[in-house]
Amino acid sequence: MAVDTTTRAKLRWGLLDVIVVVFALIPVLWIASLSFKTPATLTDGRFWPREWTLDNYRSIFTTDQFLRALVNSIGIALIATAIAVVLGAMAAYAISRLDFPGKRLLVGVSLLIAMFPQVSLVSPLFEIERQLGLFDTWPGLILPYITFALPLAIYTLSAFFKQIPWDLEKAAKMDGATQGQAFRRVIAPLAAPGLFTTAILVFIFCWNDFLFAVTLTSTERARTVPVALSFFTGESQFEDPTGAICAAAVVITIPIILFVLFFQRRIVSGLTSGAVKG
Amino acid sequence: MADIVLDKVSKRFPDGTTAVRDVDLEIADGEFVILVGPSGCGKSTTLNMIAGLEDISSGELRIGGQRVNDKAPRDRDIAMVFQSYALYPNMTVRENMAFPLRLAKQDKQTIDSKVEEAAKVLELTPLLDRKPANLSGGQRQRVAMGRAIVRQPKAFLMDEPLSNLDAKLRVQMRTVVSRLQKQLGTTTVYVTHDQTEAMTLGDRVVIMRGGAIQQVGPPQELYDHPYNLFVAGFIGSPSMNFLHAAVEDGKLRTTLGDVPIGERIRRQLEGADAPRELILGIRPEHFEDAELVDDDTRRRGMEFTAPVDIVESMGSDKYVYFTVEGQRASAAELEELAADAGADFSGGGASLVTRLSAESTVREGEDRRVWFNLEKIHLFDPGSGHNLTLHEGRSGGALAD
Repeated sequence: MAVDTTTRAKLRWGLLDVIVVVFALIPVLWIASLSFKTPATLTDGRFWPREWTLDNYRSIFTTDQFLRALVNSIGIALIATAIAVVLGAMAAYAISRLDFPGKRLLVGVSLLIAMFPQVSLVSPLFEIERQLGLFDTWPGLILPYITFALPLAIYTLSAFFKQIPWDLEKAAKMDGATQGQAFRRVIAPLAAPGLFTTAILVFIFCWNDFLFAVTLTSTERARTVPVALSFFTGESQFEDPTGAICAAAVVITIPIILFVLFFQRRIVSGLTSGAVKG
Repeated sequence: MADIVLDKVSKRFPDGTTAVRDVDLEIADGEFVILVGPSGCGKSTTLNMIAGLEDISSGELRIGGQRVNDKAPRDRDIAMVFQSYALYPNMTVRENMAFPLRLAKQDKQTIDSKVEEAAKVLELTPLLDRKPANLSGGQRQRVAMGRAIVRQPKAFLMDEPLSNLDAKLRVQMRTVVSRLQKQLGTTTVYVTHDQTEAMTLGDRVVIMRGGAIQQVGPPQELYDHPYNLFVAGFIGSPSMNFLHAAVEDGKLRTTLGDVPIGERIRRQLEGADAPRELILGIRPEHFEDAELVDDDTRRRGMEFTAPVDIVESMGSDKYVYFTVEGQRASAAELEELAADAGADFSGGGASLVTRLSAESTVREGEDRRVWFNLEKIHLFDPGSGHNLTLHEGRSGGALAD
């Protein structure tokens, strides 16, 4: 009987898994499928392309517009991620380890920022950035990205830091480490999974942003891919750019997948096991 | 190597609680000192202050004659072994042990030879390239010790290093720690809540309660001549029996019979403010089966009869529990000790623990005649907890004059 139940349980779980995966992947696959279709068969409603073509990909890589946006996206997202993770790590470390005046306020305000509707900030930001000369520049996007990524970084990282036994830090100090050395050589390596997780989340946030990117840029100088996509036009006024947009969408998904795959291997669970009894 | 001196050291936390109060302690160079007491007595805080992990609120701490109050842990040149071991999980055993040496910027060859040497002493050589996660509890504990000894510090601080080990390993590691300390001759301060560890390991034992030192001395001294009720109850396993004793007509009326008292104690009890009630303390091994006592010994004690409750045969001797009628001894110290031991259950009436010879034919349920040694009796003032039988630091029993 026991075997029966486990088989049935397995089947049930398998079915659920399939439903979730299909539900999540169908739109992505649909876009991938569209990107390989010729303009004539675009609207035929078939999931599997009848005629395969790479023209869409060729076209986006021949236009300067897309390549330039790709460079902007990668640069802006990487810089914002790096800064947010470093600042977030320091803030999270302080929050999880120290009892300083204004700690609750800091945590509260960062939560507030995370909840603040971004749409309401777009117009003031637009005005401010124009006054400051930040409009349509890389820093003009990096700065707001850091602002909105920091609460996320602080929350994720302070959870990780709290898991690291405090005794390790004391031990490092007794072994002759300064506070900085203790952090760099003992705490940071142990918090690495947390740092990578945070980096992935922040990077995805920056990479996917459309709202700030569309309002705070006007030219190719700082326009990122999600915005560039929306400005895609066909070769002529009468040409449908759907195929090209889909190809571009597939292309910009690839860095995210690479990023996650690359860092996921570093997220080894149980890295702190063996530190203390337990 | 160096001596450690605590001069009126206190620790007050921002919330107003005083964890450690005016602790005076001189630890000689090479000495092995144990800080022991129930949880919350301030022993760990004291150790952390010596380590530099906690600030000292007032008083002075000197290591090797030098004031170190404001020095960071790294500038005090002392090593610490933590209860949790606190091994760096991302480093191998070798790297763990080399860590303090690498921070001290020693050259690679010196580091290697020192780590190898320490590993040999602690029998860790085959484990050097493993990560802490792949070690057993005992092995982790040894790595933690190894990390402390590699850099030959002025002093070792140990914070309940054996309390996470199972009973058998703990006994084994106790001798390892003891031998290691003798071999290295390094000043060591060792914190524990286990009175057996305290008795077996240290040159001197410091008993703490509520942030204050109760008594300092060699283990046997604390056992034989406790200053007060707390020390008497804390040291010894099974612990000392405490009985209510009323002072009447120059005698002590107790549930074991009327106990005569000597001249000196009688004088102490004559004052107007002298306590009318005392607590009589007697250790389990100072009882004996009356059948087994020769006449000469019999004269030095007295006898009583009581029903046998439980007999535990330990092989070498027998622990016999008697139920005795009468009032229970009560004092703040005793309640604290009971709470620390988790003994909030008392089955009514007083229970008496005795350690009788293995030859005794005592059986559960019968009434048995038991002898006890009057020379080994301690009398305590229930109010202050002081041991009234102490004279110039020595205890002479109830009959002392």
